[in-house]
Amino acid sequence: MSSYQEATARQRIAGMLDEGSFMEFLPPQQRVVSPHLHQLDAPVSFDDGVVVGKGRIQGRQVFIAAQEGGFMGGAVGEVHGAKLVGMLRRAVDESADAVLLLLETGGVRLHEANAGLIAVSEVMRAVLDTRAAGIPVIALVGGSNGCFGGMGIVARCTNGIVISEESRLAMSGPEVIETAGGVEEFDARDRALVWRVTGGKHRYLIGDAQDIVTDDVNAFRDAALRLADAARCSGNGSGSGTELTLEALEAEQRMLGSRLERFGGCEDPLEIWASLGIDEPQAVPLLEIDAFRELADGHREGAAS
Amino acid sequence: MNWQQVADALFPQGHRIVERDCFLSGEAQVGGQTVTVIGTTGHTPIGVEIALAQASAILDTVRRHPGRAIVILVDTEGQRLRRRDEMLGINSYMAHLGKCVELARRRGHRIVGLVYDQALSGGFITSGLIADACYALPEATIRVMGLPAMARITKVPLERLEELAQDNPVFAPGAENYLRMGGVAGIWHENLAAALEDALAQAGPQDRRAELGLERGGRKLAFAVAQAVRTGSDVQAA
Repeated sequence: MSSYQEATARQRIAGMLDEGSFMEFLPPQQRVVSPHLHQLDAPVSFDDGVVVGKGRIQGRQVFIAAQEGGFMGGAVGEVHGAKLVGMLRRAVDESADAVLLLLETGGVRLHEANAGLIAVSEVMRAVLDTRAAGIPVIALVGGSNGCFGGMGIVARCTNGIVISEESRLAMSGPEVIETAGGVEEFDARDRALVWRVTGGKHRYLIGDAQDIVTDDVNAFRDAALRLADAARCSGNGSGSGTELTLEALEAEQRMLGSRLERFGGCEDPLEIWASLGIDEPQAVPLLEIDAFRELADGHREGAAS
Repeated sequence: MNWQQVADALFPQGHRIVERDCFLSGEAQVGGQTVTVIGTTGHTPIGVEIALAQASAILDTVRRHPGRAIVILVDTEGQRLRRRDEMLGINSYMAHLGKCVELARRRGHRIVGLVYDQALSGGFITSGLIADACYALPEATIRVMGLPAMARITKVPLERLEELAQDNPVFAPGAENYLRMGGVAGIWHENLAAALEDALAQAGPQDRRAELGLERGGRKLAFAVAQAVRTGSDVQAA
């Protein structure tokens, strides 16, 4: 076992790829740093909080990016976003077998507000361009900062998400919602509530994550490869299997519409889990991952990508 | 301008746009062609329902009117900040909307966005910013987050952020800054109908925003860094 959550971005990549196969693009030695942080007297990082490159996993040529949660929460600034876009474009140029996005991020880097917002939008479009080129893009969400903001949208633009029960996937962070709507709307200090609303188990149960794994680098890697291979093989002759199709988006429209009808009146995820047919929803947070999967797989919503 | 005034100015040849709970949808005539119009009004927050309604209108256009251009009218205070929306997976609803627009683009629909009042964050990423090109009216405001929340997250004092929001291009909410950074393709000062017709004629599937940001001097590193990563070369100074 090697904890994914406790590893740094570089350690995660090293643990994913075949030994010695990683080639980093624009490594920190080149010292390309954010042009905006100095005006807020904020520190810079020589990789701007994201590591991008390519390597091999079990014979596959894999392009990979890992956001470093330890630098500004993994948030996306101008340089950080451009590195992700450049890697995705290069994956298309070099016909990668798969792209893995190791996301740990609060979304737009607020210190670079406007530039960060456009950057996230560019990443989103580049992910979809990569899928259209027939290359599966898989998101891995296992860091302690979770995956939030615009990057929570980007994660759901990939072919599939692997999440751990410890990690979280959402859009607006609880602190932002509490600041806007008050503590009665969302108490950001209620850890159990925050976890029920945004945590890996809930995302897996409602179908927003396609796989859930234990907090282990190898488990993340194996699950991501399974999703990538499944995406590539799902083509029906008319498409590559990784690209968007009208049929898949119509199915997603129905899935999201049905979710709203069934669960739109619920106050707490516990009620959703009960509606899914789970007899003791309050026991869900306590279950070990294998027991959880066994329970969840009989009840969870189909996970469209 | 309210949305009716904007619609009348954009579509002098006629339009049938209806508003329902701040969601705009319908058809209009541009240069003798019928276009689909979707959008929002009243600065409405984008929650799961309105994101799904917009996606439905896009899918309907793709299914029933192959190739028909799509115009997205943007006025939103951003994603809805509610625990319920997060519980239901609002990021999935917004991603779905973005993917529907992308599907339309892939199938040859031209897509133009217009910020006619206000745009913010997640509500903008899956509307104007996912179009082939996004334009703005001169008085439009575009921003990432309200300053009090931003101060809480960044730990930068509110007074300092308020100061920066006056004129710093990275923080100030004006459309002009987004123009310089390439996020907005152009600002329409007059003759909106002609501007829209031109925009639809020029719209294309390539994302050229980083190049525009470089040409206009508002984002000097984005294009150079992406190119350096893509080609394995050094970053070329702007």
